[in-house]
Amino acid sequence: MLRFIIRRLLVTIPMILVVITLTWGLIRLAPGNFYSGEKKIPKAVEKNIREKYGLNKPWYVQYGRTMGHIVRLDFGDSLKYQGQSVNTIIARSLPVSAIVGILAYVLALIVGITVGSIAALKQNSKWDYASMALAMLGISIPNFVLGPLLVLLFSLALYWLPPSRWSGFPSRSVVLPVLTLSAIYMAYIARLTRAGMLEVLRSDYIRTARAKGLRERDVVIRHALRGGIMPVVSFTGPALAFLLTGTVVVERIFALPGLGNYFIQASLNRDEPLILGIVAFIAMTLLIMNLLVDIAYAFLDPRIRY
Amino acid sequence: MEDERPLIHTDPEFAVAETDVHVIEGSGTVIGTSLWKDAWRRLLKNKLAVFGLIVVITITVVSLIGPLIIKAATGYTYDFIPNNVVLIKSMPPLTGPEGSFSWAHPMGTDNSGRDLLARVLLGGRISLMVGIISTMVSLIIGISYGAVAGYLGGRIDNLMMRLVDVLYSLPYIILVIVLLAMFRSKTPVGQLVLLFIALGSVSWLTMARIVRGQVLSLKNQEFVLAARATGVSTTRIIFRHLVPNTLGPVIVYATLTIPSVMLTEAFLSFLGFGVQPPLASWGSLAADGIQNIGIFPWQLIFPGVTMALTLFSLNFLGDGLRDALDPQMRKA
Amino acid sequence: MSKSKGKLLEVRDLCTYFETEDGTVKAVDGISFALERGETLGIVGESGSGKSVSNLSVIRLIPTPPGEIVSGEIIFKGQDILLLTEDEVRKIRGRRIAMIFQDPMTSLNPFMKISSQLMEITQLHLGYDKSRAYNHAIKMLETVGIPDAAERVDSYPHEFSGGMRQRVMIAMALSCEPELLIADEPTTALDVTIQAQILELIKKLKQDTGTSVILITHDLGVVAGMTDHVVVMYAGKVFEQAPTRELFAAPGNPYTKGLLRSVPDPTDEQGKLYQIPGLPPDVAHLGPGCPFAPRCARVEEICRKEFPPFVQLNANHFSLCHFAGDVFDESRKESDSTIETEQ
Repeated sequence: MLRFIIRRLLVTIPMILVVITLTWGLIRLAPGNFYSGEKKIPKAVEKNIREKYGLNKPWYVQYGRTMGHIVRLDFGDSLKYQGQSVNTIIARSLPVSAIVGILAYVLALIVGITVGSIAALKQNSKWDYASMALAMLGISIPNFVLGPLLVLLFSLALYWLPPSRWSGFPSRSVVLPVLTLSAIYMAYIARLTRAGMLEVLRSDYIRTARAKGLRERDVVIRHALRGGIMPVVSFTGPALAFLLTGTVVVERIFALPGLGNYFIQASLNRDEPLILGIVAFIAMTLLIMNLLVDIAYAFLDPRIRY
Repeated sequence: MEDERPLIHTDPEFAVAETDVHVIEGSGTVIGTSLWKDAWRRLLKNKLAVFGLIVVITITVVSLIGPLIIKAATGYTYDFIPNNVVLIKSMPPLTGPEGSFSWAHPMGTDNSGRDLLARVLLGGRISLMVGIISTMVSLIIGISYGAVAGYLGGRIDNLMMRLVDVLYSLPYIILVIVLLAMFRSKTPVGQLVLLFIALGSVSWLTMARIVRGQVLSLKNQEFVLAARATGVSTTRIIFRHLVPNTLGPVIVYATLTIPSVMLTEAFLSFLGFGVQPPLASWGSLAADGIQNIGIFPWQLIFPGVTMALTLFSLNFLGDGLRDALDPQMRKA
Repeated sequence: MSKSKGKLLEVRDLCTYFETEDGTVKAVDGISFALERGETLGIVGESGSGKSVSNLSVIRLIPTPPGEIVSGEIIFKGQDILLLTEDEVRKIRGRRIAMIFQDPMTSLNPFMKISSQLMEITQLHLGYDKSRAYNHAIKMLETVGIPDAAERVDSYPHEFSGGMRQRVMIAMALSCEPELLIADEPTTALDVTIQAQILELIKKLKQDTGTSVILITHDLGVVAGMTDHVVVMYAGKVFEQAPTRELFAAPGNPYTKGLLRSVPDPTDEQGKLYQIPGLPPDVAHLGPGCPFAPRCARVEEICRKEFPPFVQLNANHFSLCHFAGDVFDESRKESDSTIETEQ
């Protein structure tokens, strides 16, 4: 197992570098630049800017220099936000995104697994149909529609919760972003759990468990659940990638000073160091989370041994 | 590496080859039904799926011819800004400029006085088009890649799927955002083409995995061996036996990919990277609508609800197709 | 333990139906059989005959949305199981009546250690505490012949071979010393060499503990060496029942004769394999006559029109056939002549 982890970590590093390179390439290949918008600037000024940022050197020198810094975890300063290093910006905005993201997924797991399991146990009952219909709705409503609707309902109409404002973690401003982000995952996880549980409940070893005279409660919790949530574990990998994009939208809607928002801004501003920094960070997070998911597999299913 | 986590649970044993069956005297006839007729029959029994199918077809048809009808009837198009200054404001649904009841704008207007219904219908055209074409792009790439890998097998297959694994764990969407942010096409149509390619290249991975998995497991199935043993020609084996059995999961996955791609396009347009004005998609309409959510909520609600309804129906349809083509997963 | 008289289990007119899209499937349609204490009863039939469903009905393990035990009585030690509450039935399952299934690979929970799966039975039914249950688990594994039981008890099912897994299933089933063991095709999924071992094991355990056994199988060879009585099922009905020896020597039903002929005979010089022609019937759409009529070698008009009577041929020998008597007489003549030629 340890060797597996080490091997994966060793592969991760080149992959991150590949991602960074691709991004860098995209930025450089694109027409235009970061310092001039639509307007033209005087040649002399342009020459100075290019010299300052080393843009007059050949591309491979620039690449080498950038990568050289990056492997030392030095992403430089943001081009747009003067004087702020990329690392500072990331450190500041990360907690916001992390809190919203983690809370959203944990909520989705708790609600989704519970609802899905009950739906599977009471298959074809009213509860089953109702919760699956609701889940279907959850998958179909885009978060940028759901979010404002929730704001409309809870902030503007009912004054229960603040609209877009961020007041840190244990505050009511967390509720709407987390709910908006979480909805689609709750729905997916509920459906997956239901499907997984239904399949497990049909299997032979559940029949054996019942034949042994176990109470239905024990059959479900001790025997069925372990296998039934496997699809949810599988889903966590790709889900995290989508969670990222969901976070971006949610941060936009609720004007949260998170990583996603900064990423969009940086992309629009062509703020290369910031873009590279965030991309590297996201890539690393994703790859590590995927590794954790694979490890979780090994814990849950004793047949899997790396 | 084996496909350890199939997205769609289709048992290869389910595959059926068309055979002749001898009738047994007295015990009733045993007819070999074709896979598709069986599946179609099952699909029609599923009321929700039929509902989904009808809604999807309705919305598609309305999006296609609706704008023409509206233009003929009222002269409104998605970008028609009225000359009369009085009309350049956002009017609620079914209301006229003075606040009185009026059939003119069933969904109201946006801030520039443009008819929202026409815009929503255009949004429908664009969103559906992007969804379908991008899915087809990913289908083509995915099926070719997967079929080749599965058919060739061995080390080539290994290599190809390793690549897929690597690509799978990359934050694709991030790269797509950067791509779209950097490369803004000059024309709206050019932007659409860019979107087709960008979105298509996101979803082909899973399609390739599915197709490759199916081809691999079908290659050595007994019915293939049986067909070969009874002298069926290779081409016939491939086209009448293998391919139809890969199409099942492919169709199911394609039907489920369309809403997923549409969602991606919508959020990209929402962020400003997708469809550019004067064209509109449901996503960009939502982005416009959010700005005035407090005062003119209909600007967001109509495109939002229409989109949700379409995705809802597509998802039901996809589910129904999966149940119809894979009876082992049925509820009963 | 001496063979005490008195029926342990008596099934009367059991009907278990399933509602499917194709109609009502009468998986078990009015069957009756009985088991004496200390006996082994064999239930033989092709797939779809209802042999598994009837035994699942005994412990009420029929999945109830599509299936339902519609009518009948299942008398176990004087009590009708069908009248008990769910809780009372649960107390019987695993404790007084135990069941093992066909495929040991899928019948054991792959995510749980063997020890846990063994312990939960005794902890639940006998109130053992953890350590007592654990030691009991080891003892049971030893009883069924698993080497190094003390080390292997904490393994997972996938670490055992097929034959071992079935032994584990048997260990689980016998943990609480049940009075009845129902074995549903226990050897079908195993290699031929292992099959013999498992059957021997069941036989031995039965002798040691006095447990009565119902052995379900499609393989007449298995039945011959193991059982005292045999029930032959087809299309959800009992077609013949008799003491084992008599069934083999003088079957009273064309279906049984067909089955017997299907058992490959290595001494047959011609080397042709016999198979009952046709396919098992669609139990959702049966005609009015005998269900076996379409495939019967001696079918006549009346067979197709009228449902056959359940004829008593002997003290314990019954057959469902219009011509039961004739078939029986023929069989006796054949076996007599075989004995003569062998002499």
